[in-house]
Amino acid sequence: MISTDLAILLPEIFLSLFAMVALIAAVYTEKDGMAGTLTWAASAVMIAVAVWVLMSGGNDRTAFGGLFIDDGFARYAKVVILISAACVLMMSQEFMARRGLLKFEYPVLVVLAVVGMMLMVSAGDLMALYMGLELQSLALYVVAAIRRDGVKSTEAGLKYFVLGALSSGLLLYGASLTYGYAGTTQFAGIIGAAGEGEMPLGLLIGLVFIISGLAFKISAVPFHMWTPDVYEGAPTPITAFFATAPKIAAMGLFARVLHDAFGNATGDWGQILALLAVLSMFLGGIAAIGQRDIKRLMAYSSIAHMGYALVGLASGTEQGVTAMLIYMAIYVTMNIGTFAFILSMERDGRHITTIDSMRQLGSREPVKALALLVLMFSLAGVPPLLGFFGKFAVLMAAVDAGMTWLAVLGAIASVIGAFYYLRIVYYMYFGDESLEPVEGHMSPLTFGFLVASAAIMILGIVNLFGVDGYAAAAAATLVN
Amino acid sequence: METIILFAPLVGAIICGFGWRIVGEKAGMVIATGLLFLSAILSWIVFFSFDGQTEQITIMRWIESGSLSTDWAIRLDRLTAIMLIVVTTVSSLVHLYSFGYMAHDEHFREGESYRPRFFAYLSFFTFAMLSLVTADNLVQMFFGWEGVGVASYLLIGFYIRKPSAGAAAIKAFVVNRVGDFGFALGIFGLFFLTDSINFDVIFASAPELAQTNIRFLWTDWNAANLLGFLLFVGAMGKSAQLFLHTWLPDAMEGPTPVSALIHAATMVTAGVFLVCRMSPLYEFAPDAATFIVYIGAFTAFFAATVGLVQNDIKRVIAYSTCSQLGYMFVAAGVGMYSAAMFHLFTHAFFKAMLFLGAGSVIHGMHHEQDMRNYGGLKDKLPVTFWAMMIGTLAITGVGIPLTYIGFAGFLSKDAIIESAFAAGTPAGQLGFWLLVIAAAMTSFYSWRLMFMTFFGKPRGDKHTHEHAHESPMTMLVPLGVLALGAIFAGMIWMSSFFGHTDQVAKFYGIPLAGEAHATEEGHGAADEHSEVAAAAEEHSDEATEMATSPEDVEVVVTDDHGADAEHHAAFGGNPGDGALYFGPENTVLDDAHNVPKWVKLSPFLAMLFGLVLAWVFYIRRPETPKQLAENQPILYQFLLNKWYFDEIYDVVFVRPAKSLGNFLWKKGDTGTIDGGINGLAMGIIPFFTRLAGRAQSGYIFAYAAAMVLGIVVLVTWMSITGGAN
Repeated sequence: MISTDLAILLPEIFLSLFAMVALIAAVYTEKDGMAGTLTWAASAVMIAVAVWVLMSGGNDRTAFGGLFIDDGFARYAKVVILISAACVLMMSQEFMARRGLLKFEYPVLVVLAVVGMMLMVSAGDLMALYMGLELQSLALYVVAAIRRDGVKSTEAGLKYFVLGALSSGLLLYGASLTYGYAGTTQFAGIIGAAGEGEMPLGLLIGLVFIISGLAFKISAVPFHMWTPDVYEGAPTPITAFFATAPKIAAMGLFARVLHDAFGNATGDWGQILALLAVLSMFLGGIAAIGQRDIKRLMAYSSIAHMGYALVGLASGTEQGVTAMLIYMAIYVTMNIGTFAFILSMERDGRHITTIDSMRQLGSREPVKALALLVLMFSLAGVPPLLGFFGKFAVLMAAVDAGMTWLAVLGAIASVIGAFYYLRIVYYMYFGDESLEPVEGHMSPLTFGFLVASAAIMILGIVNLFGVDGYAAAAAATLVN
Repeated sequence: METIILFAPLVGAIICGFGWRIVGEKAGMVIATGLLFLSAILSWIVFFSFDGQTEQITIMRWIESGSLSTDWAIRLDRLTAIMLIVVTTVSSLVHLYSFGYMAHDEHFREGESYRPRFFAYLSFFTFAMLSLVTADNLVQMFFGWEGVGVASYLLIGFYIRKPSAGAAAIKAFVVNRVGDFGFALGIFGLFFLTDSINFDVIFASAPELAQTNIRFLWTDWNAANLLGFLLFVGAMGKSAQLFLHTWLPDAMEGPTPVSALIHAATMVTAGVFLVCRMSPLYEFAPDAATFIVYIGAFTAFFAATVGLVQNDIKRVIAYSTCSQLGYMFVAAGVGMYSAAMFHLFTHAFFKAMLFLGAGSVIHGMHHEQDMRNYGGLKDKLPVTFWAMMIGTLAITGVGIPLTYIGFAGFLSKDAIIESAFAAGTPAGQLGFWLLVIAAAMTSFYSWRLMFMTFFGKPRGDKHTHEHAHESPMTMLVPLGVLALGAIFAGMIWMSSFFGHTDQVAKFYGIPLAGEAHATEEGHGAADEHSEVAAAAEEHSDEATEMATSPEDVEVVVTDDHGADAEHHAAFGGNPGDGALYFGPENTVLDDAHNVPKWVKLSPFLAMLFGLVLAWVFYIRRPETPKQLAENQPILYQFLLNKWYFDEIYDVVFVRPAKSLGNFLWKKGDTGTIDGGINGLAMGIIPFFTRLAGRAQSGYIFAYAAAMVLGIVVLVTWMSITGGAN
């Protein structure tokens, strides 16, 4: 019995074992000297696991009496999580090494966080959900503060920890309320208890608290306040990591809980999500205008993007989930490319992150500037780049679900948001030359990530590399 | 081969327009011209080897959208073949001519490269025109239709530093938009009712359309009539018919070769071509056809009156074009599409020649265009003079009355006038009289142009006259080639366009009803027809000498009996079988051959009258025009100001549109929209940005408070609106 259950969890178990072995191996050998090797190894392992998960396919399976679900949706989310985490690890290796930040705990913690994320998207029970979430969060708290001697990094870690604890508390409270009213923690049981008609108020409030807890993880307004500070304070590779894998995991978990456990009450949570989406899109767009630091700017950008992903989810349909999954895949790709560039920004050997420093990049480094231009346009959602199709998909989902107003607001917010992306482009090509420019130091690998990401934004418009098909299949297993 | 004809000009345009920097200015122009000559030669081969059977040559799959599915295909039938030779011949000659005419131009700065651009536009125009005439469906035709519109716009405004040229270009474009709106509506309507834009399908369903009613603008209309009318509105715009004619005279702002090619020989005849192409539809749309007759007749008359008093040499010819297009529409409207095409065909030659001749005069006179400053140029420009003379003889319709010997215009114009009379309808009668009067005026203004330009004493600037010079060979050769067409085109093709029913039917590939005619078509038509036949037999003796059997003269003499026997043939087939379609009741062709003698003589007499009058006015007693203008100031001003059409349009359309535009611009756009957006972007959004920045205080307790506040709001909201209630 237990062996079949374990077989289903094999990828997660394998990753966990890898993390532990790596930890012990490093401790008993050269410690930080091993960090470089471990980073590469962790990346390789994660990609291997991603391929493994992708290939495993097959039917939907559950393990441990429904605690753990292995279906198409989970596999889709896991593959995106694993690949993005591996990419960020590879990009960060060089940056961390140059600044003496490459500690052997770093790859281990990232792998553990990834295991947590994989558990999150596979959760079939409130307890499994919480366990995965905390495994991920605890790893991230530490990673955020990995620069122990830096004031900003520790501040970021602490803020993230305290607020994260608060959100966990909210989530737990919601979970216990739900349990109280449903009498079970299993999603399948909760959906049965909620019934077809009206949902009990207690259950509804439980739902609100769970949503709030999860909204913190994806940094949706008004649970977003930590994001700019943490993004700015954490070392840039960590920021890149924060902006990618955990967002997918939290989004996946969001979709999982709402559809599996509260699938009968789409009308109720659809409203809440729509509200969060509108607030996030607008605040993300408006607040980013005032930012002078590109990392803070990317924080607001990710808030706005989460708003769009929530639009897809808020429509409460299979099409909406498909759109959300496509959107997240595109979002992650764009962010990896953008952070690949941000990692390379330095002057006199010091990492700088001000937008001003990008002036005249267009004339000095045309290829990089062009790639960044494509990414910025794509982030802004300018057709015909891929970012546009992501936005188009979620807005269409909202329209088809009868929430045209939401789509209209989304379109308006995207106009506001376009401003700060285009300002970067403006600086690169038309900026004042008198200021001291940024020096780009870029390893071939990072450069490759930047260019590849930009190329995907252009080439992907042909057929999205088939991602839409996977996303549709994944959404079909979740919503039924 | 047809594909080469169609695309060679496009290739030329691209090479010349974009590639001249690489291959050089001269080489680009030579390549463009060479490709056009290739096109022209192939067109003639196609024309002569064509057997009358409609062919479709698919080039590619074009549109696939819902039930709209169509190929990009060349529809090769007689109509297309005729248009192919007209377009490519005139275009290639105009290309050649432009080498001389555009060699130096004071409108451009020294060393500025404008010639490749000009040639590229010309070639592009030719491509667009060819895709119009080879179209196999309406949308393809519309593509060409708009393409020539663009080319026309670019070429009218070719003198980019001349404000009046720019204004004329815009005017041409805007007026054409009005027509195109009708055309587009017609296409939509046809697609709506037949679910296809392909000619084959539309033609086949034409009888059905005649039985259908469609609701449009509060009223039920007969579908065939309404659609015929809408398509004709498009034709009116392109062919500068009354009410939409105002752009054509202004279009003379463009270089003269452009006027010859686009605004005389080809583009402006697109409307006539459209009506002929849609003949299956118009055969079932009697009211629309009647409307066409009225518009055509009035245009012919109106433009001729205005032409009487214009002083700009190009404007005279422009109004003449407008007037001749009216002739063609009358012919098409009474159901004699073949005569319309005949006149289109001959008109292309002599009108292009007149324009090129005028261009030669203008070139020789250092861009002086006012005829009042010409005079006595006969000896200075001998070749041009003779070319213009041939053109004038052709346009005024000089020939030997009651035979088939004469200049091109003689045959084709008489064919139209006889057809109008033979139509027997009130519209046809009116058309006949207006056209005869217009013929007199045509003769008058054409000879007036000749007399003022080439005869009499030199007037105007002495210096200019002293330096007047004959044009180079590149300009004279096209004149010579076109002169051949102006002389012989009518006589050679008379029988094909306007001969016996069976000859015309063979030419256009229309099946004959043959013996089945009498039994199939009911007694009414049969009776009528046999009467006609009887009448023809009665006069069979005279028929020989006055050549009622219109063929080449030799044929008439030798083949009289055969011709008489074939006289009984009638057009048959279904709509869309041949290049043209004549309904069973359409006997205009036969009737036109049997009109009274005085009808046949009338255009000739009108021409003589106009000639004599012009001679009296401008040679015998040159002071007469001045006196007449002083005696009749109102009439003179009325004509000189083109019936005040421009002024009326200015008050009724242009100024209200401008003031509305100004209002929307200043109050609507600048005030409301720009003001609103700017206010939003520069006032409100930054305010919120600052607010958001301030909220981001950095204190954890503030962040936590925000989260808790959010929860409170959500819970409250859910409690009020949520499921439990």
